[in-house]
Amino acid sequence: MINKILGTAVKALVLSGLMISPVAMADTHTIPLGAAVSLSGKYSTAGNHTKNGYDLGVKYVNSMGGVSVGGKMYDIEIIYYDDESTPARGASLAERLILRDGVSFMLGPYSSGLTKAIAPVTEKHGVPMVEANGASRSLFNQGYKYMFAVLSTSEQYLQEAVNQIAEHAGKPASEITVALAMENDPFSQDIRAGVMDDVKRHGMKIVIDDKLPRDLSDMTSTLVKVKALKPDLLVVSGHSKGAALVVRQMNDLGVYVKMLALTHCESAKLHDTEKFGNLADYTLCAAQWAPSVTSEGAMFGTAGNYSAIFESEYGYVPPYQAAESTAAVLVMADALTRAGSLDKDAVRDALAATDMSTFYGQIKFSEAGNNIAKPMLLRQLIDGKYYVVAPANVADTALVYPRP
Amino acid sequence: MITYLKILIESPEFLAQLLINGFLIGAIFALIAYGLALIWGVMDIINFAQGELVIFGGYITYTLFYQFGIHPILTIPIVAVVLYAYGWAIYKTIIYRLLGQKDIFITILATFGIAILMQQLMQAIFGPDVVTANPELGMQVLFDGKIIIANIQIISFLISLCVGTILFIVMRYSRFGQAIRATSQNSRAARILGIDIDKVYANTFAINAALCGIGGSLVVMIWTIHPFIGLVYTFRSFMIVILAGLGNFAGIIFAGMGVSALENVVGFIIGAEFQAAFIFCLLVIILIVRSARARKKREYIA
Repeated sequence: MINKILGTAVKALVLSGLMISPVAMADTHTIPLGAAVSLSGKYSTAGNHTKNGYDLGVKYVNSMGGVSVGGKMYDIEIIYYDDESTPARGASLAERLILRDGVSFMLGPYSSGLTKAIAPVTEKHGVPMVEANGASRSLFNQGYKYMFAVLSTSEQYLQEAVNQIAEHAGKPASEITVALAMENDPFSQDIRAGVMDDVKRHGMKIVIDDKLPRDLSDMTSTLVKVKALKPDLLVVSGHSKGAALVVRQMNDLGVYVKMLALTHCESAKLHDTEKFGNLADYTLCAAQWAPSVTSEGAMFGTAGNYSAIFESEYGYVPPYQAAESTAAVLVMADALTRAGSLDKDAVRDALAATDMSTFYGQIKFSEAGNNIAKPMLLRQLIDGKYYVVAPANVADTALVYPRP
Repeated sequence: MITYLKILIESPEFLAQLLINGFLIGAIFALIAYGLALIWGVMDIINFAQGELVIFGGYITYTLFYQFGIHPILTIPIVAVVLYAYGWAIYKTIIYRLLGQKDIFITILATFGIAILMQQLMQAIFGPDVVTANPELGMQVLFDGKIIIANIQIISFLISLCVGTILFIVMRYSRFGQAIRATSQNSRAARILGIDIDKVYANTFAINAALCGIGGSLVVMIWTIHPFIGLVYTFRSFMIVILAGLGNFAGIIFAGMGVSALENVVGFIIGAEFQAAFIFCLLVIILIVRSARARKKREYIA
């Protein structure tokens, strides 16, 4: 009996969801996009960057007349929900967006974890999703057909640092020593796998390979090991707490390495000289994008131009989390135009065929849905400012090696 | 692993560095653990929000430092007073309801609830970012730079020691300390003898909160904090108390320092990922040995 009532309720819910969407679209000529983003909880800082990026993209596209689909102009609009930084909530909100709010197209959440929770839902309903903040390699070996990511995958994050040490160390690769301290989570372990690949390719030696606990509070033992073994390159990935901790504790323990490469410098605010002084100077940081890169596209023009528009809108320089989110909106708008219809599968096929230049970089998807046309950047932090030092074709300045 | 062991044997300065660091920071953990032991012993309450009180103290230091320009060391008395009042308020709203609960799970659930509430509130007030308050006090370079100790760690050690000693003296010799100990031994008898035990409990919990706050001030000066890292400090203090036993002041100091030093050495030899696991295995072994011994004793008496 209860099953029957529940079944009817679910059916009614599904039907009402199906009925709302065409009506809403016909009346207002808008295409709703769904997004569950972390506006509260532990990812809320980055989640808000994501939302700002999406909003700016939507605003810009609409100010240019919107998207033309099959000869008719539509505005785009985003329906947001707050996933509270919890995967389970993200998945149920995706379900709600699709079934109740009737969205046919989705933008991604913030972080790999949330994307991993939402992707099976969008996949089940055949809803194309363009995501901008899930870089984990494990997202792209599930055979997902409706998920596309504009950013570079996580194993590429710090590979460039390995190439840089090979180039600058001034000794044969077999004598170069590398120390790794990577958090025991999928994202950091992906980065580790990427670094390992390149270390092996160059024939370097790994002298430390520590896995940092998730609730990392002290790095003394790892750093004393670094002090003892004096590696040429120290690579640390432990989200913002790892970045902040390694910089603080290296100073307190008097540990020195010639090259230090990190992730999450921006979110740890290592560039904030009021908080870290010059402790983080000459650190290398992985970045998806920077305002100084030379890429440009039809919308927003150059990266510098985008940065200026974003800053005048929100009052701060766009971090890459915002830039890639805006890029996701541009990709979605472009695919809707090329598909020439609002059919989910037509849009999915148009997304798969994407090949566009944007302020964020070149975007072209592999079979698995990740962007294979844009390289990761390596930036060096000097006196509170980031300078792109690699890859060579987009670098602002030469790498300072060794760290003074 | 063997390579790392070899390093420690061949160059004892690294072993010394790990041990000294461990001992110095261990005093902070001992302070937090002492607070836990105090309320556990006196009120029979296991506080799972211990770590959140620590982090809250850290955030107050951080805020006073960056918003008002007060040197982090000087914020410690302010933090102690604020956390004392906060502890008192928590006692008066929640904790007193848990007194005399036969079911330990109710206590654990309630304090765990406080922990979750505090995490979310701290995140709402202070933001989710990782913060640190660098006191920039320089360092001691010993043996040609072979051993480097940050001055803040030495100062924290001394502060922890001072606070611990003052508390020890208060508990031993003052009327107030006597009242706490009397309540702990037999609360009914204490009440009959005219001790306001509700006041004693409120004070005890408030003192614990103040101790956590002082610990938190030191933690944010040495490492980093964020709203969700409290559990590390809860578990660690829990463990120290289990190792040392309740009401064993010297034991808590030694356990706190010993565990931290051992953890550093273990992390060095078998890797940071097994650091916590090793310590918890040790805890299990100690508990088994202790219970086996206790059983023997019981049999002997019988």
